[in-house]
Amino acid sequence: MQDSFLDIKDLVIHYSTADGEVEAVNGISFSLNKGETLGLVGETGAGKTTTALGILRLVPNPPGKILSGEINFEGRDLLKLSEKEMRKVRGNKISMIFQDPMTSLNPVITVGDQIVEAISQHYKMPASEAVKKACEMLEKVGISAERFHEYPHQFSGGMKQRVVIAIALACNPTLLLADEPTTALDVTIQAQVLELMAELKNELNTSMILITHDLGVVAEVCDKVAIMYAGEIVEIGTLEQVYNNTGHPHTEGLFGSIPDMESKEKRLHPIQGLMPDPSNLPKGCSFAPRCPYKTDKCEEQNPESVELESGHLVKCWHCINKK
Amino acid sequence: MGTILEVQDLKKYFRTPRGMLHAVDGINFKLEEGQTLGVVGESGCGKSTLGRTILHLLDSDGGKIIFDGKDITQMTKKELKESRKEMQLIFQDPFSSLNPRMSVSELIAEPLKLFREYSKPEINNKVSELMEVVGLAERLSNAYPHELDGGRRQRIGIARALALDPKFIVCDEPVSALDVSIQAQILNLMQDLQEEKGLTYLFITHDLSVVKHISNQIMVMYLGNTVELADHEELFKNQYHPYTKALLSAIPMPVVGRKKEKILLKGEITMPIDPKPGCRFAPRCPYACEECHAKDPELVEVTEGHYVACHKVKEINHL
Repeated sequence: MQDSFLDIKDLVIHYSTADGEVEAVNGISFSLNKGETLGLVGETGAGKTTTALGILRLVPNPPGKILSGEINFEGRDLLKLSEKEMRKVRGNKISMIFQDPMTSLNPVITVGDQIVEAISQHYKMPASEAVKKACEMLEKVGISAERFHEYPHQFSGGMKQRVVIAIALACNPTLLLADEPTTALDVTIQAQVLELMAELKNELNTSMILITHDLGVVAEVCDKVAIMYAGEIVEIGTLEQVYNNTGHPHTEGLFGSIPDMESKEKRLHPIQGLMPDPSNLPKGCSFAPRCPYKTDKCEEQNPESVELESGHLVKCWHCINKK
Repeated sequence: MGTILEVQDLKKYFRTPRGMLHAVDGINFKLEEGQTLGVVGESGCGKSTLGRTILHLLDSDGGKIIFDGKDITQMTKKELKESRKEMQLIFQDPFSSLNPRMSVSELIAEPLKLFREYSKPEINNKVSELMEVVGLAERLSNAYPHELDGGRRQRIGIARALALDPKFIVCDEPVSALDVSIQAQILNLMQDLQEEKGLTYLFITHDLSVVKHISNQIMVMYLGNTVELADHEELFKNQYHPYTKALLSAIPMPVVGRKKEKILLKGEITMPIDPKPGCRFAPRCPYACEECHAKDPELVEVTEGHYVACHKVKEINHL
């Protein structure tokens, strides 16, 4: 796929800490086309957020460091850009929505000024025009422009997240990284925010990477899904491929852990054990210690990704459903 | 099996600078021994306050809490302390509910020491027994909470709650802070314990799929009121209250290609400060009429065992 607009190859990000090298992201590759939404799913510590920060080159350094890989975005490798060029990309071409709207807004600046700040960073325009654009953005996310001069504490959680979305979309980015945008919200508010994001995404033809641990949210919003475990993508494919034709034991375990609203099953089937410490990963497949299907081979050799169908890659020696 | 807990017209108000906040306003239910009542609602609906008021950690402002035949609200301090052994609480956040300067074994021994009924060797035996029951390895007994992950910390919380052999446990969002795979392990553990020890749970959560899984009965709360109360399967089959309908339709389902009709609610949950008479859901309700804004709806039995508080329940559901 030469024409894909984001293409990540073999990205490796490690953190050097006093306790040793933390292997947060270990050689992940995926690509995304224009207008597509990819869901990045995994448990806490799987490396989802580090991946997103890596794309923006915002991994805190030290202790973090992008060791190798390529991030090809609109024909350029982001890792080769100078810091000055990178600043023009952040917030303009690629922007990010953070998990916690309570802490990602500045409490002493009005929400309107925070949107204006994002716009005037990237566009040269008279202040009055930037204010006008900011008011438009507020209306777009469903907040009356009259609230331009209010401070974040005067907004509820769902409303704050709308402000964060307005800031992220103010410069019409082509790629949006959303890091658990609705995790801190109630379900009815989550439904409102997801609906809003889907609408705006279609309107602006933005691509999106949605980081979440909720497979339900992914099913509603995404086109493709990548399951991460211990810094690797263990399974990636379209929604149908991953949900209806699950290949990796870890993905199967994730589905088994969700209480099913429809079945009457009394017990859940969780994954046993815990995620390995990323500073001390096992030698072979990192999922082997928790895997019900593991063999000796799994403990010695790290599996390569196998293509089950076009675009459906599974990183396992024993894909559950080999056709 | 008999009724272990009966709550009648329970009220809890908080004084705020802007007026009286009616956090829990006239809740009624009965709980049979060995059963689980799930309490669902959004943040701010009063579900945690309800749990704490039932345990009498907060003084109630009206109503009765009859536990095991005795009204807790009328008890003396001494009687209350005795009854605390029977009623325990599992907290939401295993990160902030454990003393960081106590080791695992000290944490689990704490409730046992509090009642001064056990000798030291007895306590030690009991602690290792409890650790085994909740699935904590022996080697962790001298570890401190910061060395453990969320799932293990929540197991400590459960062990502490079980230490005095309670009959009734209020579980306040016990799995909300955990990853799904760990969440499933803890839910399985709680179900096993319930079967083994015949525990009764009041399970407070905002996660409807969890509540469906673990409860026998489900109560849906909105701004301090019960809006719907029914058997868990019945509630997921038929929802009669417009709020319950919206709440259920808002849950994202992990199934591909099934686009559900979503009922999007306008606006957000407000605060029940000095509420005027009328249905508290009316400002967000698509069916609200004049009557809804003027008169409190009562919780009425619509079909057998299915209670709904809505003036227009018959019209909306063509009953």
